[in-house]
Amino acid sequence: MGKRISLEQEAAQNALQFVTRRHFLRQCASGMGAMALGGILSGCDFLGEKKAVTGFQPDPRNPLAPKLPQFAAQAKSVIFLHMAGAPSQLELFDYKPALAGLNGEDCPPSLLEGKRFAFIRGVPKMLGPQANFKQRGQAGTWVSDMLPHFATITDEVAMLKAVQTDQFNHAPAQLLMHTGSARLGRPSIGAWATYGLGTENSNLPGFVVLTSGGKSPDAGKSVWGSGFLPSVYQGVQCRSEGEPVLFLNDPHGMSRDLRRASIDAINEVNALEHQEFQDPEILSRISQYEMAFKMQLSAPEIMDIATEPDYILEMYGAKPGKGSFANNALLARKLVEKGVRFVQLFDWGWDSHGTEESLSIDGGLVNKCRSVDKAMTALILDLKQRGLLEQTLVVWGGEFGRTPMQENRDGKTQLFKGRDHHTEAFTMWMAGAGIKKGIIHGETDEIGYSPISGKVTPYDIQATILNQLGFNHEQFTYQFQGRPFRLTDVHGEVISEIIS
Amino acid sequence: MRTNFFPAALKWLIPSICLVVVGVYLTGFGEQKTDFNTEVKPILNRKCMSCHGGVKKNGGFSLLFRTDALEKTESGKSALIPGDPDHSEMIRRLTLDDPEERMPYGENPLTEAEIHTLKKWVKEGAVWGDHWAYVPVKEQKVPVSFWEKWMGKGKWAKNDIDWFVLSKIKQAGLTPSPQADRATLIRRVSLDLTGIPATQAMFDRFMAEPDLDAAYAQLVDSLLASPSFGEKWASMWLDIARYADTKGYERDDSRSIWKYREWLIRAFNADMPYDQFITEQLAGDLLPNPTDDQYLATAFHRNSMTNDEGGTDNEEFRVAAVLDRVNTTWEGLMGTTFACVQCHSHPYDPFLHDAYYEFSAFFNNSRDEDTWADYPLLYEFKQEDSLKVERVKDWLHQHAEPEAAKAVVTFMRTHQPAINSLTADHFINAELNDTKWLNMRNKAVARLKEVNLSGKKSLFVRFQNYAGPGTVAFRIDGPDGPLLTTLNLQNKTGYSWSTWDIFEIPSQPTEGVHDLYITYSSPVLKGEESGIQFDWFYFSPDFPGKDKPGQADTKALFTEVLRADPAFTTPIMMDNPAEMYRPSYVFERGNWLVHGKEVTAATPKSLPAFPKNAPNNRLGLAQWMTDPGHPLVSRTYVNRIWEQLFGKGLVETVEDLGTQGIPPTHPELLDHLAYQLMHEQGWSTKKMLRQMVLSATYRQDSKVSKEALEKDAFNQWLARGQRVRLSAEQIRDQALAASGLLSPKMYGPSVFPYQPPGIWMSPWNGATWKKSEGEDQYRRSLYTYWKRSSPYPSAMTFDGVSREVCTSRRIRTNTPLQALVTLNDEVHIEAARHMALLVLQNKPKGASEQIGLAFGWATGKAISPEKAAVFRHLYDLTFANFQQNPAAVCEMTDNLDGLATPEGAAMVMVTNSILNLDEFLTKN
Repeated sequence: MGKRISLEQEAAQNALQFVTRRHFLRQCASGMGAMALGGILSGCDFLGEKKAVTGFQPDPRNPLAPKLPQFAAQAKSVIFLHMAGAPSQLELFDYKPALAGLNGEDCPPSLLEGKRFAFIRGVPKMLGPQANFKQRGQAGTWVSDMLPHFATITDEVAMLKAVQTDQFNHAPAQLLMHTGSARLGRPSIGAWATYGLGTENSNLPGFVVLTSGGKSPDAGKSVWGSGFLPSVYQGVQCRSEGEPVLFLNDPHGMSRDLRRASIDAINEVNALEHQEFQDPEILSRISQYEMAFKMQLSAPEIMDIATEPDYILEMYGAKPGKGSFANNALLARKLVEKGVRFVQLFDWGWDSHGTEESLSIDGGLVNKCRSVDKAMTALILDLKQRGLLEQTLVVWGGEFGRTPMQENRDGKTQLFKGRDHHTEAFTMWMAGAGIKKGIIHGETDEIGYSPISGKVTPYDIQATILNQLGFNHEQFTYQFQGRPFRLTDVHGEVISEIIS
Repeated sequence: MRTNFFPAALKWLIPSICLVVVGVYLTGFGEQKTDFNTEVKPILNRKCMSCHGGVKKNGGFSLLFRTDALEKTESGKSALIPGDPDHSEMIRRLTLDDPEERMPYGENPLTEAEIHTLKKWVKEGAVWGDHWAYVPVKEQKVPVSFWEKWMGKGKWAKNDIDWFVLSKIKQAGLTPSPQADRATLIRRVSLDLTGIPATQAMFDRFMAEPDLDAAYAQLVDSLLASPSFGEKWASMWLDIARYADTKGYERDDSRSIWKYREWLIRAFNADMPYDQFITEQLAGDLLPNPTDDQYLATAFHRNSMTNDEGGTDNEEFRVAAVLDRVNTTWEGLMGTTFACVQCHSHPYDPFLHDAYYEFSAFFNNSRDEDTWADYPLLYEFKQEDSLKVERVKDWLHQHAEPEAAKAVVTFMRTHQPAINSLTADHFINAELNDTKWLNMRNKAVARLKEVNLSGKKSLFVRFQNYAGPGTVAFRIDGPDGPLLTTLNLQNKTGYSWSTWDIFEIPSQPTEGVHDLYITYSSPVLKGEESGIQFDWFYFSPDFPGKDKPGQADTKALFTEVLRADPAFTTPIMMDNPAEMYRPSYVFERGNWLVHGKEVTAATPKSLPAFPKNAPNNRLGLAQWMTDPGHPLVSRTYVNRIWEQLFGKGLVETVEDLGTQGIPPTHPELLDHLAYQLMHEQGWSTKKMLRQMVLSATYRQDSKVSKEALEKDAFNQWLARGQRVRLSAEQIRDQALAASGLLSPKMYGPSVFPYQPPGIWMSPWNGATWKKSEGEDQYRRSLYTYWKRSSPYPSAMTFDGVSREVCTSRRIRTNTPLQALVTLNDEVHIEAARHMALLVLQNKPKGASEQIGLAFGWATGKAISPEKAAVFRHLYDLTFANFQQNPAAVCEMTDNLDGLATPEGAAMVMVTNSILNLDEFLTKN
């Protein structure tokens, strides 16, 4: 409780400092009070009668100061586990016995008419489930043997089994999932979250990105970019190998004491300069150098998982010094524990086309599952045992799903079993921070091709994440190019069925 | 210092006169007429437009245009009757008590004063005024009397800019600041004009010249003449042009378009008039007999992205590029955010939905089709091939009709207008390989739709032959239709990128437009093996000058050039010939798949008319934009230049001069500058800059008193110099310059300076960051290779933009990550080492002198005793430390000759700190 009050006080103080030039001019120009700003910002909101209210400009001097959301939030932090490349829902969660019966048959033309696929050409064959399924837990959630650990915690999560996107290539689909637009240039959801809420730990970035699987996500750094928001809100990529944050390490030969001495010197001279010029920006720079010094201390500390007890390392399957999803999952827990607002994990290598063994349903997928199953399960359990799950929203999924048909790239049969990109229906799950436990939302048809109920889109997922963070996605805006922009553009509805 | 402008007596006299004049005016003319823009429009925008504007027209009532507002609403009556507020439903609804009826619906009622304003406005006839930015620029009266000017002579004001600024300063109850000291001035003006500090020679000359005004003017002239000038201003333009060395989207492969950057640098250095500057970029290809340079200028609009990802619809991304050009043209050149209109009429500004697509029709007939190679390209040849081009040109000039000659030369230089194989369809045993090239197996068929064959005598094909022996037949109207021509294949060309071949085959004379069927068979292919891949097809008339002497030789030269390896290729703009004309449509709600009505190219009706006699293409568009009557182009440009110098534009929202942008702080000054640019300075960037930097406004000291800070926290009235943190490029370039590392080499392809390992890890793309050798590591930052999906990390930390789309303005932030860059990035550490080495090599007497020297190089100033003491303390402390730790000395100094001592290491600590000072990172 004590912390909450001081946060509110801090936020209130910050609100007082919010008279940026833009505000100032708007007020001068129109003679309005600050509260009237909302009216100006409601321009392009043609969705309904609701009005855009938020749309503040951040204080350039302390853009990451903690701020209060629009309403009481369930989630303080978000961990988004993105399986880049798109895992096969048909092997993991969406059990379709009827599809097994169709295995090897020609795909009926009705499923192909008017559809576009990334690689499927001509008439492909249907491919039955390549895993054994069982119902798990009280809720009877279907999970295959490929995820034996996750199978034990299904009663903690809400399954979304009818997610639909409209982008069938990785980069645009990833962008849509994280920025609300398939085109480049929009801020990512983590950037929106830090723009809206700031960060509670000024010694660490507010929005941290961790990647594993050997590659960055297909859409590059734009999936954690700040788009038109100030660049301070972009995700900071932390690495579990090498420097945890770019340029964090002092040059070789410079001890911490020497760095301290040099920052002292810089700040002393800057203070002299401030006496001369009175520019408040100089004071801000002094505090940023202090923060940089603190970050140099705290970031390696937090990014070092070797200090964790063995049973925790074992729980995640983490091995200090290696870049892996398991290590990143453990880091994600450490980061939210320290007040980081948004942690995004990208694990590359789920694109099971069947073009090579590592990218096949019967080979690579099994290995990918093995590399994440234990760690993602441990993450939920670890957050829970620390009481953090109640305030941490965990989201898991890919950018789309995979086809019930076997891929036949360029009209030819592949060497390995593979599935093409599928936009119509795939599975994601959420847990923690006010999300119902052990619930299954949405259903697909008997071959897992299309949703038959409970369809949700990436916009709905974004609306739900923002909702748990205390924002109405229709009113959480940023003024850019003459109109208020929002994460979900003109779409999105909170998935109320999964919120307790 | 306070500046006294008026003798004491006059101080009383002038306000008294003013009072009398104002009094007479008010009593004589009664209440002033309501001004739509300043009084009415803000109320409408705030309270009415979100439901009765360009997007929503609730009740059938819109206030966007007067004609809309006077129309009958859904109730059958007009809600607004000019001259009659009492019978205007709009006014009545503002004052009702019933919350269901009273407007604004569900909001607080308007205030008495607001209702009064609207009533009065309706009574006066409900006249709509144009937003200031859409009214042509008029000559402005400098706000100073002859008397005042005479009295102020030799005082603060230096030129007309200052009188505009001074009148606002006085209104705000402030006083202008005196001129900054020489060291501050030279640093400020050098960074502003050239992006880097002045050379030592310039510095010495400036400091030595007794007459400051003369010295300063001379300095400004030499900076404007310096080749670095073009680099700085090109650097600014790269954000607007969304220049990058990669194509964007997922694959984000390399693109060779750096020749455009060279063009920009040369154009700025030559002070190409701005009207010509944008004409060549928008339409250089449409100028008569375009030069290579004029073609290269058009690469401006080829910086749009290309999507190489498999399975993507090339038409979708062609359209995306067209719309990107529209948005860039408006935002970058006309300070208008036009993208809203893509989906619906503009909610506040007078632009209709259809107008967006009429405008986009100017760009919809360019030849580019999202091809992998970024066609069309300008081919620039190696010297021996260039000579051949000249010989062909000369011969054609003597022996061929000009039109025919032009077609041959254009084809030689651009391989256009060719039919890209990715437009093929109706495949049997064929497909588009990776959705990019027509690829055929044995017994394959594919179609090219609607090819005009009239007058065509031969076919040029660019292809790769994987199989060896085989036959390609081209038939018209059906796979079994009449034979047009046959390509007999013998030898394999192989798979690699370098094995594309261009063949010419004669074809049967055929008249009219036909569907063309390509069939392919090969005796050596088995199963599903691919045999051949096509890139493009070009149908050509006979080579001109038949029977003229030397025709055969010339033709042979032409063929050699066509098949030669070019020295450079650069994507350029070119339009479709009439026979390939592409119709343009309105996209319903911005969706490219839902075509509305067909439109032809036109400019918005709310702006000045399209010039008579101007061609209805991009060239005409450029003429329209650069006409002095165009209200936006000149204002946008002077505002942008101002922003570069002062950190903020006169309109802060450089990207939006419309009603949703921030209003100008100095509207008269903005118009004065825009007028001068067009009418007095011949659109000269250098003359405009010269005038700005010579003003007293620009030369002011940036120190601020507590009172002034309270009165004008953000310095909008310019009563002091503006302190601005340097751009990402300036921060790196300045560190390299201060340490003597900066390479003066200009032009050429992009380079790869130090970047931490592991930044590039793109899927499907094996590209790696391979650090450049030698001086290329230390080139100015505008030459750094720019990968859109993974831009140079330290630049991004300092608010660089990824250049996926046009960015008019970088929002400056101040973060700990920025501190980490300048403290620890190898680039900055190396600079600190070299600076320390230079200091030691200069052999001043002791550490204190050395520190003073380093500080002087960094800031141009003598170090104060207090600051010197701080660094001396740092030096002593670290020196003692390094004395105990020889290993650390080696690491800290990288074992550089002459530096690897405890003294050297301690000096690196000092220079690293100096290169992190606020006064180094900030333009004072």
